[in-house]
Amino acid sequence: MTAAINLHAIKAIYLFELARTWRTLFQSIAGPVISTSLYFIVFGAAIGSRFTAVEGVSYGAFLVPGLVMMSVLTESVSNASFGIYMPRYSGTIYEVLSAPISAFETVVGYVGAAATKSIILGTLILLTARLFVDFSIAHPFWMVAFLVLTSVTFSLLGFILGIWADGWEKLQIVPLLIVTPLAFLGGSFYSISMLPPFWQKVTLFNPVVYLVSGFRWSFYGTADVPVALSLAMTALFLVICLGVVWWIFRTGYKLKN
Amino acid sequence: MQPIIQVRGLEKTYASGFQALKGIDLDIRRGEIFALLGPNGAGKTTLISIVCGIVRASAGTVTVDGHDIVTDWRAARSLIGLVPQELTTEAFESVWATVSFSRGLFGKPPNPALIERILRDLSLWEKKDSKVMALSGGMKRRVMIAKALSHEPRILFLDEPTAGVDVELRRGMWEMIGRLRESGVTIILTTHYIEEAEEMADTVGVISGGRIILVEKKAALMEQLGQRQLTLQLQSPLPAIPAELSNYPLTLSADGRELVYRFDSQHEHTGIATLLRRLGDHGIDFTNLRTEESSLEEIFVSLVRERV
Repeated sequence: MTAAINLHAIKAIYLFELARTWRTLFQSIAGPVISTSLYFIVFGAAIGSRFTAVEGVSYGAFLVPGLVMMSVLTESVSNASFGIYMPRYSGTIYEVLSAPISAFETVVGYVGAAATKSIILGTLILLTARLFVDFSIAHPFWMVAFLVLTSVTFSLLGFILGIWADGWEKLQIVPLLIVTPLAFLGGSFYSISMLPPFWQKVTLFNPVVYLVSGFRWSFYGTADVPVALSLAMTALFLVICLGVVWWIFRTGYKLKN
Repeated sequence: MQPIIQVRGLEKTYASGFQALKGIDLDIRRGEIFALLGPNGAGKTTLISIVCGIVRASAGTVTVDGHDIVTDWRAARSLIGLVPQELTTEAFESVWATVSFSRGLFGKPPNPALIERILRDLSLWEKKDSKVMALSGGMKRRVMIAKALSHEPRILFLDEPTAGVDVELRRGMWEMIGRLRESGVTIILTTHYIEEAEEMADTVGVISGGRIILVEKKAALMEQLGQRQLTLQLQSPLPAIPAELSNYPLTLSADGRELVYRFDSQHEHTGIATLLRRLGDHGIDFTNLRTEESSLEEIFVSLVRERV
């Protein structure tokens, strides 16, 4: 008798992936935490003290949600893409493909582990930030909701990237040329109301704007775009990623020839 | 009894247009060791990959213990352990972690005692905490076998299991495969080493150019196709085969000291008795004689050559 859902397999993949994180602890956790601390020192403490408050929040505190989001975004993409690309590259993917495990279970295992890591990372950055600046969280529930949604969505994006890429270079190119610029220009360091009107319009095409804005709203109650729109856009992006993943497994794209 | 694996009309054409399988029909009996022989590019790995769910078939069906591999894939796959040809391992993991991972992946609850037994059986226990990348090629191969056995499969696919494994280790592996068979596991192996099939297989299948050209019990195959030869060592060298014996299929070695007679072991009259009598008549004495059966390798080579 075979179970309707292979929980052992989900657990095996999930723990295996988290173990990989644990093994590369410095690279995967300490690295982003240190670089975020540097941002706080440079932009928050050193330069930020010369800036006026943005929307009633000190610049240092204003930075916190944006920096957390930026790390969560980039780390979700890179961790999830590496997690699935590595077995494809080494060939060990054969085992996952030949195992009695569904597409859904595979994704839950890999994406779940990547998202978990991002959530841990986001939390650590928040704790680190507390050492540099004073900030408050107005809507803790929504803060967690945005953090989880973003981690899951961008881990899915990373998963797709890891399946699409057929070389290490391709694996680097999307984060470098698309994710990082979008993250930097997504309002992590500024409120989009500080931009000229034309660029304000352009910026609305950047999905990261909605994430950062919604996340910042959960801290300080102020946002660049309505919070409902932020939530809707995040959900939409999640649905698109799920759709692509579903298509990948249905067609066997780059997994089964 | 119903065959444990049933393949019907299986075809595979790759995106490149290459047709790897051209209509395969194959039954594999429960509990046997089935050796799939064939030259490179014959379709061995493609066939295995389809049964294991790694490659999608273009046409045809496969059932594993009655479970269709497409509609009832979960049940079918849980029964199968696969050791692929290439050494692909999680380089940075410990032996213990990678083998335990495989068991979980196939939906089985953890069972450290079983994993320990498998690792001991494969002489990997001492290395259980070593990273896979620190192991030798032969050990990595055994790690892959351990991974395939970790979830207690009823069917084990071994794609070239002893490629690049030294002779001593190969013996050990054959013994292990023999033990598995005794425990009721059906084993399908592909190999280039004919001696491997000759040593272990119950049934031999030959695949060439994407078609199964023969499936036969090994013993029957060797008997059926088996040519025997009788070699006589002569007391004094002969300059040539005497004209009176020219109607016998005889060959004389270059130094004139060995006379070889080919005959069909299945034939009622092998002709040996009359040949020996006639040699006596002509005063040709011999010091020794031996008969040999042709090996599976010779059979195999002649079969494949015939079809090409």
